[in-house]
Amino acid sequence: MSATAPAVPNGPPDTYPLVTVRGLTFHRGDRVIFQNVDLDIRRGGITAIMGPSGAGKTTLLRLIGGQLRPEAGRIEVDGACVHELGRRELYQLRKRMSMLFQSGALFTDLSVFDNVAFPLREHTRLPENLIRTLVLMKLEAVGLRGARDLMPSELSGGMARRAALARAIALDPMMILYDEPFSGQDPITMGVLIKLIRTLNDALGLTSVIVSHDVKETASIADYIYLISDGLVVDHGAPDALERSSSAWVEQFLHALPDGPMSFHYPALPYAQDLSLE
Amino acid sequence: MGTLKKLELAVGVFVVLGLAAFFMLAMKVSNIADLGEDKGYKITARFENVGGLKVRAPVTLGGVRIGRVVGIDLDARSYEAVVTLSIEPKYDRLPTDSSASILTSGVLGEQYVGLEPGGMDEYLKNGGSLKLTQSALVLEKLIGRMVTNAASGDKPPAKTP
Amino acid sequence: MIEGLQRLGRATLFWFNRLGRATLFLLRLLGALAALGKRPGLIVKQLYSVGVLSLPIIAMSGLFVGMVLGLQGYANLVDFGATSSLGTVVALSLVRELGPVLAALLYAARAGSALTAEIGLMKVTEQLAAMQMMAVDPFARVFAPRFVAGVIAMPLLAGIFTAIGILGGYFVAVQQLGVDSGAFWSQMQAAVRLVDDVVNGVVVKSAVFGWVANWIAVFEGYDAIPTSEGISLATTRTVVNTALVVLALDFVLTAIFFGA
Repeated sequence: MSATAPAVPNGPPDTYPLVTVRGLTFHRGDRVIFQNVDLDIRRGGITAIMGPSGAGKTTLLRLIGGQLRPEAGRIEVDGACVHELGRRELYQLRKRMSMLFQSGALFTDLSVFDNVAFPLREHTRLPENLIRTLVLMKLEAVGLRGARDLMPSELSGGMARRAALARAIALDPMMILYDEPFSGQDPITMGVLIKLIRTLNDALGLTSVIVSHDVKETASIADYIYLISDGLVVDHGAPDALERSSSAWVEQFLHALPDGPMSFHYPALPYAQDLSLE
Repeated sequence: MGTLKKLELAVGVFVVLGLAAFFMLAMKVSNIADLGEDKGYKITARFENVGGLKVRAPVTLGGVRIGRVVGIDLDARSYEAVVTLSIEPKYDRLPTDSSASILTSGVLGEQYVGLEPGGMDEYLKNGGSLKLTQSALVLEKLIGRMVTNAASGDKPPAKTP
Repeated sequence: MIEGLQRLGRATLFWFNRLGRATLFLLRLLGALAALGKRPGLIVKQLYSVGVLSLPIIAMSGLFVGMVLGLQGYANLVDFGATSSLGTVVALSLVRELGPVLAALLYAARAGSALTAEIGLMKVTEQLAAMQMMAVDPFARVFAPRFVAGVIAMPLLAGIFTAIGILGGYFVAVQQLGVDSGAFWSQMQAAVRLVDDVVNGVVVKSAVFGWVANWIAVFEGYDAIPTSEGISLATTRTVVNTALVVLALDFVLTAIFFGA
């Protein structure tokens, strides 16, 4: 249960949260992924959703993107209830949001250039020379203009993510959802990605949602953080406010302590009993 | 763009090859004349027994194919088999007293209808019929007759009825 | 006993469930065909991978099958002095059965498995999910072009297989074994019928086979469990199921076209 239910939005439209989640409940098999979760994603900011592995962070992004349907609760994006939209409206909405997948999810049969051009060619009727200009602009923004003719298999992990980022901004979306953008990257690449996410967010007036368990990197750019564990929002607030949190769990997670409220051990019989010593 | 051009070219070649294969199957392997067969004129011939004759079997005259069998029916009153032959229009000078026999190509080959021209000046037209026919040889009957003839001491007949 | 029945029941339900999903999948696929009319380029690209790339194996196999038919047919017919019928034997075997069936089996092994693996990998690497998030329907962009290209390619491949097979039979019979060339072709022409044999055999059969082979291949990829093991299973299932379905359907079609 969220500590405090966010206030009902009122005031001028551009201060409404872009995404509001209310009472979200979702199971996967017998496992509870979300239990009555509320959260807001503010316009123009970078909101981070953090939690241990397996907390359902990626699932949340898929719910926001309309690839999964909640069992209960509402998810609204820019005033539209995602899971009540027909396929046509959902696709219209998706044109205005992008998702950066953990693997980059570049189309392996297309070059970097064609990957970035893909959404433009699918959704616009722009002439080829204009598409070329746009693609080169996007690639320049992520520093891969020189790599346009490479195939995805020739890219390093960090480059693949940057290329995917260029593709994600191709249609100038209002929001980008990042799924674990830092996992498995070397420190330099991480630094590059952190800077890119922040710069793109501010320069393009985007709203960004980052799902991650890389605490330090995420906290360094997030404007607001939600901590999720066991299907509940454990705490939320600005990074420095969370830093001062009195919660032992938050303390453990943010400082990566090996043991604490979240046990090091997977639930098991008492050790001695398991070894038949009793 | 270069690779795309090459790819399109390869696909083009593939499609042409496929169509060429069908062209060959149509022209060289099967007989395209099948389709124009309805242009032929139809004549009927009555047989006591058609043996293993099948629809589409060839009709020949002097060993040359001049048409096909297009229908085999039974006349319920006379118990005769009525065989409809379609003859190619260019062979329009078949005398009305021509005869038809059901013959076998080779020992185990397919059966076909062989025509023998007559001597009349009138020619068969569409809907005409052949009066003189000779039925198929049925092996069992042939053997049976030889056996009975041998038993009664007669010589086997030179010709089957 | 009870357990065996229960297992049978579970297996039956499992297969009906899959069949249902495959049918829904096919319906969505057909629904996406309209959008494809505007993008013929997508089909051309797939025709290359399923058609052009299958050509070598189809051509080689067709040649060898035809040559074997020539040898075997000769060996059997020579005892009856009926070697002039060799053209008929070779052509009818290929046109009615071996051409469409073997081409479909080879297609499943060469192109069907590749389709399944490709689509399965696109699923594993989240390419399909990414496409959906870009508001691009994978049915229109990925599945339908592959399916249509396969359905177009299959009869062409079967025709090429059959034609090359007959040429292979001709080579062995006429060039090697001394069958008369004129008899070879004329006997063939007299026996092979255009509509009943060539169209029903090669064209209709292979169109049906192309339909099911590509349906199975694309569905198995779409339905694959997104792990490397899942893809390997799905690829195997594509080849095995296509082979079984093609052979079973061939029996049905033969009974309809050539039976009785």
